[in-house]
Amino acid sequence: MDLTLKIWRQKNADDKGQLVDYKVTDISEHMSFLEMMDVLNEQLINKGDEPVAFDHDCREGICGMCSMYINGEAHGPDKGITTCQLHMRSFKDGDTIYIEPFRATAFPVIKDLVVDRTSFDRIQQSGGYISVNTSGNTQDANAIPISKIAADKAMDAATCIGCGACVATCKNSSAMLFVGAKVSQYALLPQGQVEATERVLSMVQQMDDEGFGNCTNTGACEVECPKGISLENIARMNREFLKASIS
Amino acid sequence: MSGFISSSIARKVAMALSALFLIFFLIIHLAVNITSIFSETLFNDLSHFMGTNPLVQFALQPVLIFGVVFHFVMGFILELKNKKATVVKYAKDNGAANSTWTSRNMIYSGLVILAFIVLHFVDFWIPELNVKYVHGDMSGMLEGTQNFRYFEELQHKFVNPARVAAYVVSFVLLGLHLAHGFQSAFQSMGFNNKYTKTVKTLGKAYSIAIPAGFIIVAVFHFLNH
Amino acid sequence: MTTLNSRIPKGPIKDKWTTYKDKIDLVNPANKRNIDIIVVGTGLAGGSAAASLAELGYNVKAFAYQDSPRRAHSIAAQGGINAAKNYQGDGDSTYRLFYDTVKGGDYRSREANVHRLAEVSGNIIDQCVAQGVPFARDYGGLLDNRSFGGVLVSRTFYAKGQTGQQLLLGAYSAMNRQIARGKIEMYNRHEMLDVVLVDGKARGIIARNMITGEIQRHSAHAVVIASGGYGNVYFLSTNAMGSNVTAGWKIHKKGAFFANPCYTQIHPTCIPRSGDYQSKLTLMSESLRNDGRIWVPAKIEDAKAIQQGKLKPTEIAEADRDYYLERRYPAFGNLVPRDVASRAAKERCDAGYGVNATGEAVYLDFAAAIDRYGKEQAKIHGITNASADKIYELGQAVVEAKYGNLFQMYEKIVDENPYKTPMMIYPATHYTMGGVWVDYNLMTTIPGCYCIGEANFSDHGANRLGASALMQGLADGYFVLPYTIGDYLSDDIRTGKIPTDSPEFEEAEKSVTELINFFVSNKGKHSVDFYHKKLGKIMWDKVGMSRNEKGLKEAMAEIKALREDFWKNVNVPGAANEMNTELEKAVRVADFLELGELFAKDALDRNESCGGHFREESVELDGEQEGEAKRNDKDFAYVSAWEYKGEPGDAVLHKEELEFNDIELKQRSYK
Repeated sequence: MDLTLKIWRQKNADDKGQLVDYKVTDISEHMSFLEMMDVLNEQLINKGDEPVAFDHDCREGICGMCSMYINGEAHGPDKGITTCQLHMRSFKDGDTIYIEPFRATAFPVIKDLVVDRTSFDRIQQSGGYISVNTSGNTQDANAIPISKIAADKAMDAATCIGCGACVATCKNSSAMLFVGAKVSQYALLPQGQVEATERVLSMVQQMDDEGFGNCTNTGACEVECPKGISLENIARMNREFLKASIS
Repeated sequence: MSGFISSSIARKVAMALSALFLIFFLIIHLAVNITSIFSETLFNDLSHFMGTNPLVQFALQPVLIFGVVFHFVMGFILELKNKKATVVKYAKDNGAANSTWTSRNMIYSGLVILAFIVLHFVDFWIPELNVKYVHGDMSGMLEGTQNFRYFEELQHKFVNPARVAAYVVSFVLLGLHLAHGFQSAFQSMGFNNKYTKTVKTLGKAYSIAIPAGFIIVAVFHFLNH
Repeated sequence: MTTLNSRIPKGPIKDKWTTYKDKIDLVNPANKRNIDIIVVGTGLAGGSAAASLAELGYNVKAFAYQDSPRRAHSIAAQGGINAAKNYQGDGDSTYRLFYDTVKGGDYRSREANVHRLAEVSGNIIDQCVAQGVPFARDYGGLLDNRSFGGVLVSRTFYAKGQTGQQLLLGAYSAMNRQIARGKIEMYNRHEMLDVVLVDGKARGIIARNMITGEIQRHSAHAVVIASGGYGNVYFLSTNAMGSNVTAGWKIHKKGAFFANPCYTQIHPTCIPRSGDYQSKLTLMSESLRNDGRIWVPAKIEDAKAIQQGKLKPTEIAEADRDYYLERRYPAFGNLVPRDVASRAAKERCDAGYGVNATGEAVYLDFAAAIDRYGKEQAKIHGITNASADKIYELGQAVVEAKYGNLFQMYEKIVDENPYKTPMMIYPATHYTMGGVWVDYNLMTTIPGCYCIGEANFSDHGANRLGASALMQGLADGYFVLPYTIGDYLSDDIRTGKIPTDSPEFEEAEKSVTELINFFVSNKGKHSVDFYHKKLGKIMWDKVGMSRNEKGLKEAMAEIKALREDFWKNVNVPGAANEMNTELEKAVRVADFLELGELFAKDALDRNESCGGHFREESVELDGEQEGEAKRNDKDFAYVSAWEYKGEPGDAVLHKEELEFNDIELKQRSYK
């Protein structure tokens, strides 16, 4: 198929940036979206132009590196996948495809489609852990039974890949699904209880300081999340936060 | 504590609490209004009680005003903060793919409701204050009669089709605002569990029934004055 | 000539590690504050090491080429992690895990290291649970286990199909805690481009900031390389796009020996390549082989028709199908080990029986399983005279419950319904057992330079068992390196900060800058990928699943020629002082082009078939095992450690003889 691509090009963080039109031809429907981008880049390099910079790594939907806002949606039109899992069969011959970086004040553009998501790391650093040293003398893994339901729910929350689609898709650039998922994972496990109060307070504080917006419960994040993280996690974070604030 | 007040979650919760208070108020308001359809006397009696009872006037009314003002002011503050979080817009953004129009446009439905409240105040509340506290007429009687004035005034307001149309439009938007806001308030306060489905259904029913009730009252009086 | 000293402690194997830990030198807490350690790579090994070293009090600088440590490719591991916990009471023990790993590695790993790995395996699970890793649990609230290929016990712990992700996030959280405390300085989007040796010891690295292009000097008292495997030398592999050998190769060029590069694991159940644009391959869990039957058409004309899209697999009669694994290996059938299954698929495809347009795919068919389960279910539910449709429906439900997520993943990628038509699979490079040579302390032949995780060679011999990679990465990082590194660093307590203005740093930075400047100013004819794909093709065709002397010699010559062409004609657009993804690739491919040649040289030297390494010259000539891989313990029971001598082809071989005192060497048989 032949396609017109409208791709955001921006030299660096200080550059203003603009959408630039490109044509690609003979794209196979079996290609992944990123392979289509590879084809475009090969074409640009051979013409002596600079290829489009985009983040990607594992190309199997788990590292969370790939981003891109494709035709108005994070990770493109299909649900429950990352951009690397999107295939060209989701498009038609002659389509025009808008390809933009994830947008949020807390995710500044580094170059073209590459954005800086280290704000997520800083939120995790503010409390997204359990303080346990590596000793070899930690109590036995089966010492505290954990109900299967709690363990499964914790796993569902922990499945977040930190890609930032929730922020990119949220009209408020809110990071509450991301933070809610992490807070929930620990809140659901007995090991996470000791630091629960401090954790939720400082993670929320850091989230606010990073300049993420507020949640207005549109639910867009849950729909666009490649891993289907539930809004329940935001509610749980809200509860944990209230509990922590009044205690 | 100052950290708590300025935190995003506390503000959400405050929005939710004020919303729930207003949701409750709407039920009372509609309950009074609806009586005007079938009993002029009952409507007049209730209106007079509400308008002259000191507890309602000097305790509940200020709380209500505060609730309304707070909900709006906090709504604007959050909207501004959220705008700051999203400075650069997408060239193409397909919001419909993942969320409802109403959930994305609470600020606009809210603004229409605000405009309506201004109109409502001009229509009823300011004249009411004028009569009662400027002129000192606490009787609630039509001038020169022994009849309550409330029902007459109500009917009078719904003569103008333009005003009725404005009411209808405003209440439709209120309905949309509530369609998202009702369940959203519960979610903000951390309520998301097996009863959430029920809350959502309740929210939908409420967001249709309450605005519809107000619209029926307005249209009824427009047709029957 | 250096003689390799593996520093294996004396004594009985089960006491070696304990006794050793009791006796090695330690650094006291106050002195740890004065010691800096650089960790390159933040996957399971690097991340866990960085966190543990920082907890101990060392100042750690950690480097990752991704934008966050959480994205390292350890995250993609699906199946699970082994540990000899014996929670199932099925007779597991440290010894059994040790034995299985050595045997699975086809007797080419170092006994002492493997035993230590088995010893600490239990601690890993305890540690991860304490960190909040949500492992799967049973209804009683205790940890659940599954069993994995080739072993007789259930010892694999798992978190859905995302065990690697959860373990990595656990290590990442431990790192975050230390970053918040200021004990780890995290350098995201930084790539190590050289190691700096001062007085023969590793004292720092040169790194490039991948956003600004700035070339930086970082000094430390020790350098830990945890940069993962080099499977991307094949261009197509299940590795991440950015996975590379650069860190390992740079230290090799400065004196670290590179061991057993030819030991590569080719995983049999990957989704086949669909065209030349293919950028990477996706693995599907091996568990599919429990129920799927592997076949190709028996008639060459049917195969041709399928390749041209004129015939569908479901139209081929049962009698015209060749279930080649069941035919060749009646005892194990479709469940033969990874290397055997992979080679058999290649053999059929090379003979022209491949089943997709590229001719590189075989069928994995669930029709028989669906039918079998369907009939079973019909019986259970007391349905007599069930229609074929009903049986299919019942059977499909069972298969869906077992493999639903994998079928869904397959359908997303290939756009075919695997319930209705057989899946297509083909082997792909998955893991590299070879790597930088290390001693018992995990130190390379450069003093003060350590290598851990997949990047080193130590624990898996010639073949890695399923669910053992995660175990090794975390064992190295959490429980081995933090002890052994102290032994070396105890000599450094009075050294003080290592200055970065020494001539050694000057020289290293200059050579890196020259390399970068060369690439951006070369303006050649071909893109980096052009060369990488060519290299991949040579490697796959001649140094792939099946190797012979002629092919390996050709490969060495071709790679050398390709490398020379690369240095003349590579085209890297853009500038040095900005984010430049092509430049990043160029630096990595330059190293792959050298590694590839050494890889072939090593494969040429090892004229035996063992584990993932199959030499056509070394097969059983007669008897029941005719045509199967033949290991040669008499001549090849050694680790090949290669010393760099200016050109990969000139590398000098050092042998570390492997001694098996606790395990008897046996030939594998799957007939």
